[in-house]
Amino acid sequence: MDESMTTLILTLLPLYPLVSFLLLISLATRLSWTVAASISVGAMVLSALSSMLVINQLSVDTPIITSQLWTWFTLSPSEEINISFYLDALSAVMIGVVTGVGLLIHIFAAAYMKEDENFTRFMAYMNLFIVAMLLLVLADNLVLLYLGWEGVGLCSFLLIGFWYQEKANVLAARKAFIVTRVGDTAMAIGLFMLFKETGLLTIADINQSANISWNVGDTQPYWIALLLLGGAVGKSAQLPLQTWLPDAMAGPTPVSALIHAATMVTAGVYLIARMHGVFLLAPEVMGYVAWVGALTLLLAGGAALVQTDIKRVLAYSTMSQIGYMMLSLGAGAFSAGVFHLMTHAFFKALLFLTAGAIILALHHQQNLYKMGGLLKRLPFEASLFTIGLVCLMALPGSSGFFSKEAIIGQLWSSETAGPTLWWCAIAGALLTSIYSCRLFFLAFLGSSRFSVPLQSSSSKLLQLSLLVLAILSVFGGLLANLLDINLAPVFAKAAIIDTSTQPDWLHTVAIATPFIGIVYAWIYYANYRVSNHKTLVESHSVLTRFCQQGLGFDCLYHYLLVKPYCLLAKFNRRDIFDQLIMLNAWYVTLCHDIFVSSQHGKLRWYAAAIGLVTLLFLLILNIDGFGSEASL
Amino acid sequence: MNVLSPLQWMFYLAALLAIVASLKVITGKNSVHSLLYLVVSLLAVAVCFYLMGAPFAAGLEVIVYAGAILVLFVFAIMMFGLGKDETLNAPKITSFRVWIGPSVIAALLLAQLVYVIDSPDIQDKLTSNVINAKQVGALLYGPYLLAVEIASFLLLAGLIAGYHFAKPTGYHDNNNSGGW
Amino acid sequence: MSVIPLEHILILASILFVIGFVGVIVRKNTLYILMSLEVMLNAVGVAFIGAGSVWQQADGQVMFILILTLAAAEVAVGLALLLQMQTRFKSLDIDLLSKLKG
Repeated sequence: MDESMTTLILTLLPLYPLVSFLLLISLATRLSWTVAASISVGAMVLSALSSMLVINQLSVDTPIITSQLWTWFTLSPSEEINISFYLDALSAVMIGVVTGVGLLIHIFAAAYMKEDENFTRFMAYMNLFIVAMLLLVLADNLVLLYLGWEGVGLCSFLLIGFWYQEKANVLAARKAFIVTRVGDTAMAIGLFMLFKETGLLTIADINQSANISWNVGDTQPYWIALLLLGGAVGKSAQLPLQTWLPDAMAGPTPVSALIHAATMVTAGVYLIARMHGVFLLAPEVMGYVAWVGALTLLLAGGAALVQTDIKRVLAYSTMSQIGYMMLSLGAGAFSAGVFHLMTHAFFKALLFLTAGAIILALHHQQNLYKMGGLLKRLPFEASLFTIGLVCLMALPGSSGFFSKEAIIGQLWSSETAGPTLWWCAIAGALLTSIYSCRLFFLAFLGSSRFSVPLQSSSSKLLQLSLLVLAILSVFGGLLANLLDINLAPVFAKAAIIDTSTQPDWLHTVAIATPFIGIVYAWIYYANYRVSNHKTLVESHSVLTRFCQQGLGFDCLYHYLLVKPYCLLAKFNRRDIFDQLIMLNAWYVTLCHDIFVSSQHGKLRWYAAAIGLVTLLFLLILNIDGFGSEASL
Repeated sequence: MNVLSPLQWMFYLAALLAIVASLKVITGKNSVHSLLYLVVSLLAVAVCFYLMGAPFAAGLEVIVYAGAILVLFVFAIMMFGLGKDETLNAPKITSFRVWIGPSVIAALLLAQLVYVIDSPDIQDKLTSNVINAKQVGALLYGPYLLAVEIASFLLLAGLIAGYHFAKPTGYHDNNNSGGW
Repeated sequence: MSVIPLEHILILASILFVIGFVGVIVRKNTLYILMSLEVMLNAVGVAFIGAGSVWQQADGQVMFILILTLAAAEVAVGLALLLQMQTRFKSLDIDLLSKLKG
């Protein structure tokens, strides 16, 4: 395949879902399920195929493929903002994940949402999301990236609030939108600073020239990196902007899978990996990144321990897994973080989709305490879910094992991380295995605690997408070497972490940790496992409730930020600037009143006015024309 | 220019009659009377046309304007059903005073017409500068064909609108959305 | 060359026009307004025919015919509207039709 062909394929890559989105949103309910599903899934198939093709074209000789479409606008004589795509190993991983996992989730969603009356709108939003995400990862400059970034936020809002008739969903959508907006604002300011300091917004140029214009530890990269981190924290649901993610589970399950597990929340991780040139110049910020990741990892793990809603458990586990990625990026182990991003996308999509299938089978029952014994009743879903959990716990052999070990293995001797964070990661792994086991026991073991008849999904589409995801989850770890080799040139500037001086027992501990968690859970949650009761009593202790409600962050923000803000808004309802503007309105009203009196509707007066004006014109013309007429 | 020729006399007389009749139109109290004056005014203008050398236009003025359009007026007025105020306004002795004005002017016009046709002097002057129907027709169906088409559209629109608005079941019948 | 000077024809046309216009303005009865409009249209016709005869062109009469058509259509619609008005308001007072006021 020649070069222009590759460029063309890359150019068209985000176009298919865009066309599909436009088609679906404009034709809306006129389309039948078959047509709408084939359009949206077909577009995704095309996208996935093209991304496979272009990824294949990447090699050591051609590490970068670019495709410039047109100049968006010109910021300064030297800096043009182009609509152009930039594909290197890092964005290749991302488009692989976005289109691949996206395709599978689209297939699943087509089956899952079949009965919904707004099916077409749903698929249209899903397509739009893919477009935005592809723009985000393929952007060659930060402005285009920001466009995709905001587009992703918009789609997230639309999809969380998809069932907008229910108030909780709308509130969750609003919360997600506003909270991520906080991060986005920080990021926008970061971009402004970046442009002011360097005059550049093209990513490759920034990464190249960053260490020419600055030294390690300068204040500018420190602030820029910190602000970019703010954006990443918001989008990736890390401390302190993590509160939106659990609520976002209000959306349909495929949305949770696509947006809140597999792709969108990883945008923050991608941003940091993409801008590593700046981050490497600010070691303190790298430290912050690591600490943010570690704290989120632990807190989310703790919260996941006590959730009763199956999707919320998975949501918190997503937060904690992204914490791992952040930790890894902060430690300077970029390719390990990206690798974990990929494997996590596989198994978390699998977990969410299987959970969706289970929820569907149980007639939209999401409460874990009302499940139980599903291993025998839904063997297909249960075994797939187990595969996902095994990957999540990182048991040896699974894809999660490879990626998580790659992260943990580099933490100890990293300059910006160190033993403390290593222990945090181990504790996180322990928590992960405990809550995974709890989830497994509650849902699949013990006696059945539901009264409804099971509605086993027979949809072949649904099962197909789940199976492919399961295969990816199990064997995704095999891509480790491939990824490492290809990502190395991208992160060439990152210092290679020397792991040779690490104590030998680190690996043993890391591998053993999940098993310790399993053993602990086996004993501690024994009554979930062997329960013969028809009902299980939920714990109502203060600590449990505290953890259930997201460790009090919601409450804290509510009293610290939301309430005072609402109060201020109420207090300043007729604010002074408004009054100034109202002066304008008053003036307009006055003029309106004057002129409206001439609009009395009396036809004869109108006629008289026309006559008068005609007379006036004749007069004026005559005054002007007398001389010339006389000369005739 | 000091001595007016008979033709000019005739013209100024017809013009005067047209003005007087028009004034009577707009000052009239009874609509039928006003209408009669309007007819007379149109006839007077027709005489003017004839004297200006446009016999075809004069004929049209009489046939179409005074003949057709004003008959439409008459029909419409009959459909209103004269209100009480109108009947009260109408003079009690309807015979003489009603038709005296129009008939005097009409008689004058008739006299003019007869005189004009009879007088060889005027006929001589007229034939020299008449624009006849043939010329008008050639122009109308030559360069002005598009205007004729548009005029025909206008008439059609007038027909449809007239039919639509004048449907008797406009207001009280809820099923009928006719009216304005 | 017509025997009657163009100025006099135009003066006649203006007088008729103004009479019609005054009628439109002063009369409240819609029927009279329609009649006054006829007078105005007729005045315009006089001006066209006069100009046509002075310059010996048939265009003036063509225009007159077009005006005639216009008058016919206008009267048809106007009278139909008048009938509607009569059934709705039981009156022909034009000032009743002031619902269009701002």
